[in-house]
Amino acid sequence: MQARPVFLKILDYLSIIVLGVSTYLALVFAPTEAVMGDVQRVFYFHIGTAWVGLMGFVIAAVSGIIYLVTKDMKWDRFEVAAVEVSTVFFFITIALGSIWARPAWNTWWTWDPRLTTAAVTELIYIAYFMLRAGLEDPEKRARFGAVYTLLGGISAPITFMVIRLFRTIHPVVIGSQSAEAQGGFSMTSDMKVAFFFALFAFTIIFIDMIWHRIRLGNLQDNVEQLKLKVTM
Amino acid sequence: MKQPTPSFLKATLAIASKDLAAEFRSRELLSAMLVFSMLVILIFNFALELDVKVRQSVTAGVLWTTFAFAGTLGLNRSMAVEKDRGCMDGLLLAPVDRAAIFFGKAISNLTFMLVVEAIVIPLYALLYNETRIFQLEFLGVLLLGSIGYISVGTLLSTMTVQTRTRDVLLPILLFPVAVPVLLASVKASGGIITGAEFAEILTPLNLLIVYDVIFLAVSYMVFDAVVEE
Amino acid sequence: MIEVKKLVKRFGMKAILRGLDFSVQPGEFVALLGPNGAGKTTFLRILASLSRPSLGSVKVAGYSLPNESAKVRARLGVVSHMPLLYPDLTAEENLLFYSRMYGIVDQQERITEVLGMVGLEARRRDLVRTFSRGMQQRLAIGRAVLHDPEVVLFDEPYTGLDQDASEMLDEVLRSVAAKGRTVVMTSHDLARAEELATRFDVLSRGVITASGTREDFKNSNLLDFYKKALEM
Repeated sequence: MQARPVFLKILDYLSIIVLGVSTYLALVFAPTEAVMGDVQRVFYFHIGTAWVGLMGFVIAAVSGIIYLVTKDMKWDRFEVAAVEVSTVFFFITIALGSIWARPAWNTWWTWDPRLTTAAVTELIYIAYFMLRAGLEDPEKRARFGAVYTLLGGISAPITFMVIRLFRTIHPVVIGSQSAEAQGGFSMTSDMKVAFFFALFAFTIIFIDMIWHRIRLGNLQDNVEQLKLKVTM
Repeated sequence: MKQPTPSFLKATLAIASKDLAAEFRSRELLSAMLVFSMLVILIFNFALELDVKVRQSVTAGVLWTTFAFAGTLGLNRSMAVEKDRGCMDGLLLAPVDRAAIFFGKAISNLTFMLVVEAIVIPLYALLYNETRIFQLEFLGVLLLGSIGYISVGTLLSTMTVQTRTRDVLLPILLFPVAVPVLLASVKASGGIITGAEFAEILTPLNLLIVYDVIFLAVSYMVFDAVVEE
Repeated sequence: MIEVKKLVKRFGMKAILRGLDFSVQPGEFVALLGPNGAGKTTFLRILASLSRPSLGSVKVAGYSLPNESAKVRARLGVVSHMPLLYPDLTAEENLLFYSRMYGIVDQQERITEVLGMVGLEARRRDLVRTFSRGMQQRLAIGRAVLHDPEVVLFDEPYTGLDQDASEMLDEVLRSVAAKGRTVVMTSHDLARAEELATRFDVLSRGVITASGTREDFKNSNLLDFYKKALEM
C-alpha cells in the first residue's frame, strides 16, 4: 500500500480547515438576512455544492470525450471520480435548497426549471451507475460510460431551456432577476465574503475528494492485477 | 470477382428495408406497440378522467407519454433481433461504414414509431372527437419529436442490449436524456391544439430542431464506440 | 494470407491471448484446436475485425487490422455458431440483404449459385425460422461466401448439429475450401477436423503450443498429437 502523497495530505487538512472557516462565515460571520432570517444561511453551502456539482459533470463529459479519443483508462477513472463526487454534492444542493424552499416558497419542492433540471441531472447520473453496473468488460464500461456522460452533459442544458418555457420562481441572486422570482435578496459585503469563501472551500474539498477517488480507482486496479497473479 | 464496397446510402437503405420487410411479415413489433399504446390511453382515460375540459390541456401530454412508452418497446425489440442471433456481427462484418448501421436502424425504428402514431392519432381523434390534432403543424412537431427521440433511443438501445440488465435499462437511460425532446414536443403540440400564437410555439420548436441536429450528429460520431469491442 | 505477430488481447486486466504468433499460407485449411476458454473464439473475432487487438500486429489478406478493417472485411467470410440470419426473412431475402451490404452486382445470379452450393435451392422462398439447425448453418455458410471471400473463418460450425447435418456440412465445407480459399476453423470435434484440415494448430492458454500437418503424424493420430500439445 502506497502512502498518501504529501500534497494530498496537505490538501486533506486544508479541506477540513476551509470547511470549518466556511461554516463559521456562513453561520456566524454573515449578517442575518432581513426578510427570511437565519434560514437564508443555507444559501452559502447550497451555492458552494451546486458549483462543484455542475463543475464535476462538465469535467466528466470532457474526460469522457478525451477517453473516447485516447482510449486511456486514466480518463475513465477521472470521469467516474467526477461523476461520483458530483452526484453526492448535487444531492446535498437539492436537499439544502429544499430546506430553504420550505419557509421561502412554502413548499419543499416545486417544478421550477432549476429544480427540475437538477432532479433530471441526478437521475441521469444514477442511470450512469446502473449502466456501468450492467457491464463486465472494463473497457466497454469505460466506452459506454463516456458516451452516456456526453449525452447527459448535452441534454441537461437543453432540459433547462425547455423547462424555462413552463415557468420559474427560483431567485437569481447573481445576474438579472426575473419578475416572478420569489425569495430573492441582494448581498451585503459581508455576505459576499461568506459566499465567495464557500465557493473556494468547496472547490478545495472537491479537488481533494476527486483525488482520493482516483487513487481508490488505481488501488482497485492494483488489487485486480494482484488477484490475477495469485490465481495464475 | 472483386466487388466494390457499397455506398453509405445503399447500405443504410439495405438495413432499413430489411427491417421493414421482416416486420411487415411478422408484425410482432408493430402489433405489440399498438396494443400497448391503446392500453396506455385507456388507462389515462380513467386515471385522468379525460372529459372535454381536461382534454384541452392534457391531450398533447397523453399522446407523447404513450408514444414514449411504446417507443422503448419497439427500440428494445428491434435491437434484440440483431443481438440474439448474432446478426449485429453480420452487420459489423460487412464492408460498410458503421454509421450506416446506425442510420439504417434509426430509419426503421422511426418508421415503426411513425406507423404507430399514424394509427393511434386518428383513433384518439375518433374516441374524443378531437379534430384539432389534424393540423400540419401538429404533425410536423410529431415528426421532429420522433426523430429526436429515436436518434438518441437507437444509440442507447445499441448500448443496453449489450448489458446484463438489457430490457429494464433502456427506459432508465433514455427517459432522462430525452426529457427535452418530450417536453418541447408536448409544449409545442399543446400550443397548436389550443390555438396559441405561432410566436409561442416557436421557441419549443427551435429547441426541438436544435436537439434533433445535435443528437443526430453526436450519435453519428460516437456510434463506432458503442459497437466495437 | 494471415500474419499474426505477438498478439495480445486483454479484457480489463485479464489477458486472453498472450503474445500469439500465427501464420497461414494461401490455400491452407487450418484447424484451430484447444480446450474451452483457451481463447479460440476471441482470436477468431480479432481476425474477423470484430474485436480490437490490445497489442501486436494482425494482417489478413495483405491488410493490417484494425486500421484497414474495411478492406479486410470485403475479403473475409465468417461463420460462427450463431447463424447471423434473420428468421422473418426467406433464405433468398437474407442473401439478398447481405449481397446488398457487400455491394454485389449480379445479385440474383450469385444467390442462385450459392443456394445451389449449399443445397437449399428448393427452400429459397421459405422463411429461415422454418429451417432446421443444419439448414440454417448451411445457409449461414452460403451467406459467408456470397462475396467470394479469399479468407473464410469458421467458429465451431458443428455446434448443435446431429450426425446427418454434420455430414452435409462436411461436404459444404469441402466445397468452400476447394476453391483455393484460405480457411481457419476452430473446433473441439477432433474427428471432423482431422478429415477436413491440412494443418492443425493447438491454442492453449493464449498461445499456439503446437502446429503440425497431416504428414507429421502419419503413424500416430490427431488425438495423440493434441494430448501431447496440451501437456506442453
